[in-house]
Amino acid sequence: MYQDPVIAASAELVAAARETNIHIDPPRMTAQEKEDLLKTYHPDYREDQFEVLRVGPSKGQKVPRELAALLQGRSRISPSMDLRKADYETDVLVIGGGGAGASAAIEAHQAGAKVMVVTKLRMGDANTMMAEGGIQAADKPGDSPAQHFLDAYGGGHFAAQKDLLAKLVTEAPEAIQWLSNLGVEFDKAPDGTMITTHGGGTSRKRMHAAKDYSGAEIMRTLRDEVINRGIPVIDFTSAVELLLDESGRCAGAVLMNMETRELLIARAKTVVLATGGAGRLHYQGFPTSNHYGATADGLVLGYRAGARLLYPDTLQYHPTGAAFPAQIFGALVTEKVRSVGAMLINAKGQAFMNPLETRDVSAAAIIRECSDRGNGVKTPAGYAVWLDTPMIERKHGPGTIEKRIPAMMRMFGKYGIDIRKEPILVYPTLHYQNGGLKISVDGQSDVENLFVAGEAVGGIHGRNRLMGNSLLDIIVFGRSAGRHAAAKAAGVTPGRAALSHVEAFHAALDQAGVDTGVVSPKLLPTYNSLGKDF
Amino acid sequence: MEQMVNVYLYGKRYAVPASATIMEAMEFAGYQLVRGCGCRNGFCGACATLYRIAGDRELHACLACSTKVEDNMYVATLPFFPLVKAVYDIEKVRPSQQIMMQLYPEIYACVGCNACTKACTQGLNVMQYIAYAQRGEYEKCAEESFDCVMCGVCSSRCPAGISHPQVAMLARRLNGKYLAPICEHLDKRVEEIKEGRYEALLQELMAQSPEELRRLYNTRDIEK
Repeated sequence: MYQDPVIAASAELVAAARETNIHIDPPRMTAQEKEDLLKTYHPDYREDQFEVLRVGPSKGQKVPRELAALLQGRSRISPSMDLRKADYETDVLVIGGGGAGASAAIEAHQAGAKVMVVTKLRMGDANTMMAEGGIQAADKPGDSPAQHFLDAYGGGHFAAQKDLLAKLVTEAPEAIQWLSNLGVEFDKAPDGTMITTHGGGTSRKRMHAAKDYSGAEIMRTLRDEVINRGIPVIDFTSAVELLLDESGRCAGAVLMNMETRELLIARAKTVVLATGGAGRLHYQGFPTSNHYGATADGLVLGYRAGARLLYPDTLQYHPTGAAFPAQIFGALVTEKVRSVGAMLINAKGQAFMNPLETRDVSAAAIIRECSDRGNGVKTPAGYAVWLDTPMIERKHGPGTIEKRIPAMMRMFGKYGIDIRKEPILVYPTLHYQNGGLKISVDGQSDVENLFVAGEAVGGIHGRNRLMGNSLLDIIVFGRSAGRHAAAKAAGVTPGRAALSHVEAFHAALDQAGVDTGVVSPKLLPTYNSLGKDF
Repeated sequence: MEQMVNVYLYGKRYAVPASATIMEAMEFAGYQLVRGCGCRNGFCGACATLYRIAGDRELHACLACSTKVEDNMYVATLPFFPLVKAVYDIEKVRPSQQIMMQLYPEIYACVGCNACTKACTQGLNVMQYIAYAQRGEYEKCAEESFDCVMCGVCSSRCPAGISHPQVAMLARRLNGKYLAPICEHLDKRVEEIKEGRYEALLQELMAQSPEELRRLYNTRDIEK
């Protein structure tokens, strides 16, 4: 029960209007309406929140202010450190222990390469683990990779790198099959048919799920497989700089033990950078649905080594972050809640939009409802709108919520909110980095022998990503990066690893008169009350 | 002024906001977390925590990220627990009762104390899913254990030395790979794609002008 009288009164209005709202199918916005809405309300359009890079391979590119400070920050280590002794030597070095890194490691191992994984926290401490809603694949009659392409290309504002997106949609069914063969449990009907739903912006029901633990189910299975294969995983060890050889090819990394701060050298023939996203940089002060280590480390490492960025100025604000209670502020309320029938309702009980618009459009519409339209519900942290969860069981019968979205029921249940009986309050939360390092279709960045996979990549989704295409991309491009990194490693004769690129980057900062006053990568957010950076 | 409570982090007292989670309370006290902090939202199991309220004998287990502090709460985190993980080849194992006997024989030493269930941070019926595993009922074990975040608190309380989360992990993989019904439309589509049947359609679409792509997108039919 909501104790706050204003919230409780608004919840009453939502309940009273439920029977009417349930029969409404709010119209989808026209292309023009969407464009106008985004320009006025989407955080990506707030020019004062961005800064133009003055140094590095993407000089002139606009990025969030917080990211600019890190990209143009100083190294954590001295470029003149002794690099002669290698603590680790391997063919393929995978940096990052999330879904993309694990997929890459498995495929590199399968291809016969010597592979190791280093990860800043534990293997599986990653946004993959927190992905709830599902994974897209056009595997049903009436659907096709081309249809999937059209949805994603349009949803991403016609900006995706076409070859990458084509690979994503074409290899999607095989990605599901691969996961299934590893033992990932997908929601299926008794005859084996996948239970699939819509996501925002999909034209076919192609969202596959494992309840609302889809990412967790995938991640724990991949992690189990990495361990079964005997692939070394060095946890609590972060890459703090990449190593390049005399011809500018990536040749390993300098690592830091997160607990002892000891520096270690890993020499490799090829490197897969799979470090994930940036939610913990809290762009524009937004809360985030991301895991603790999401601090854009890979972008910093790659950028300093000479890799260009693509679309680093586009972020995804998930429309439905938890807005109440405070303990889960910003936590993800999966889009699947809308897929299975909950509608977005304003403070007055009105269904103000179609619940299955794309994420950027939905987020902007919620921000509009809570600002200029004055239809938000006042909460301790600001304003919010309702996600009318009781509608789900009204439409699909009792037990649906426990069966299809148990994690959501548990998350709110811990704070005394029964989502079967009461609607929940939501507001956009920083969710995903649409942009990142630019790659070729084989997953290689601008730096020879440096592959990138997962959320650290930019260009697969264009300027907005559809639900279910991220779990898909970490599998498709993670596996692909692992295979290509292994194949490439076979032909590499190791050179002399050095940090001269870091020296050069520092010199370029000096020359441009840029001093952001920070060292990077950031590694961990600063949440301790003493304000001391890690 | 926000209401404050006293919590004892590893026995040392700190006054923290009453609305804080245990994890936030640690940060409020000045801790820079490295271990014992992951998704911060109940999915990853990094922040298993044990606590007692002064004056109460009962020992509680929880996830620090999603549990509110209480006054006079004595907190000890369990950021790592040495679970036993048996290594196997998923292609070679089969969903027989024998496989559990081979890989996790200690599950048959369960004394039925139910300490695992009482300790589960997710409120799962842990002892029940171990019973299903003992009987080779992997589908039931998978379903019962599905919401497990592998935090390891159950195992820390087990007198028989069972690594419950790893047992469940094996059961779920056996179920997902061997017992769940085969998805024919998926296998068929993978074959069709391999044969190149969808290639022309995709290439044709990609070759369209930007204006035509916009038109196709904005007028596409949406499945009800």
